Amino acid sequence: MNKNNNKRPHYLNPYFGGVLLGLLVIATFYITGRGLGASGAVKSTVVETVETLAPQHAESSPYYSKYIPKDTSPMNNWLVFESFGVLLGGLLSGVIYGRVKKFRVEHGAHTTSAKRLVFAVLGGVLFGFGSQFGRGCTSGAALVGSASFSFGGVIVLISIFGTGYAVAYFFRKLWI
Amino acid sequence: MGPLIPNDIITGDWNFVIAILIGIAFGFILEASGFSSSRNLAGVFYGYNFVVLRVFFTAVIVAMVGLLYFDYFGWLDLSKIFILPTFLSPMILGGVIMGVGFVMGGFCPGTSFTGIAIGKTDALFFAIGLFLGIFIFGEAYPYFANFYNSGNMGNVTLTDVTGIAAPWFALGFTVIALAAFWVTAEIEKKVRKNMKEYKF
Repeated sequence: MNKNNNKRPHYLNPYFGGVLLGLLVIATFYITGRGLGASGAVKSTVVETVETLAPQHAESSPYYSKYIPKDTSPMNNWLVFESFGVLLGGLLSGVIYGRVKKFRVEHGAHTTSAKRLVFAVLGGVLFGFGSQFGRGCTSGAALVGSASFSFGGVIVLISIFGTGYAVAYFFRKLWI
Repeated sequence: MGPLIPNDIITGDWNFVIAILIGIAFGFILEASGFSSSRNLAGVFYGYNFVVLRVFFTAVIVAMVGLLYFDYFGWLDLSKIFILPTFLSPMILGGVIMGVGFVMGGFCPGTSFTGIAIGKTDALFFAIGLFLGIFIFGEAYPYFANFYNSGNMGNVTLTDVTGIAAPWFALGFTVIALAAFWVTAEIEKKVRKNMKEYKF
């Protein structure tokens, strides 16, 4: 871990990255009339999985059934294709900047890999669960929602980061 | 003129090609900004790395001002774009749960995808958690369906709720962002002095 840290990673200037991301949000609205997203693709994957393993259960469920299209698969969805692009784009950037390596765990100095992975799963469970109540995650609700002046988008933005600061103290050993 | 696909200037057949291209740009920007690292992301909550705040706030104000200009010049009909609906109490609760998940997991969904792309096992585990979390939600949905659907205000904007015109919000966000950039840069300098093992 520390060996990797001897060399400073090369990242975009954050303000430049932010301008690019803002322009991408505008371009996405201009072309498609909608915004970026991420949690929606995982939801489609869950619905597809349940639909495949237990079709009757999925169709009788008041939640899954909302996301099962009549004549196509739940995976035939804009956000699924977009999120596949996110994987490709992340890989492209990683290749260009030399950050693609074999699978490894990144964790704070005062914690172990095992603990990091347990908290990663738990954090993911909470994030996935919360994103359903939030009607989107940091991308679709907080970023794109706020940028398009949606009231709910700003609510989610303040709620995520406000809570993050409120509880950060309790999880400090994971990171600092 | 815009949005191009809803206005049939580009046919819907291109939808999924465009989705992948936009996704590639999104993933590239996230990874190149350092969002594939949970330690970089978590830094925003501990004062040692405010890259999340810089990228996020810059993107929001650029997009806000840009969308207003596109509307002003008649390039984009803002009444035709998707406005995220507001379900007040469920969205506050959702944000609170996501906030805890963010600090525990060190990623959000989109950033975890870029982490997986460059080989972060912790990002993969986070994404598995996302899948489980949404599955649990789907199974337990009948217990809180009423709450989930409560507080529906429709697809309202800040202007609809407050009566204040959108450009004032763009201005307000810009002022807050600039102040936050300056304050957090000062905080970061102080905190980083005490962190020896983390290279920025």
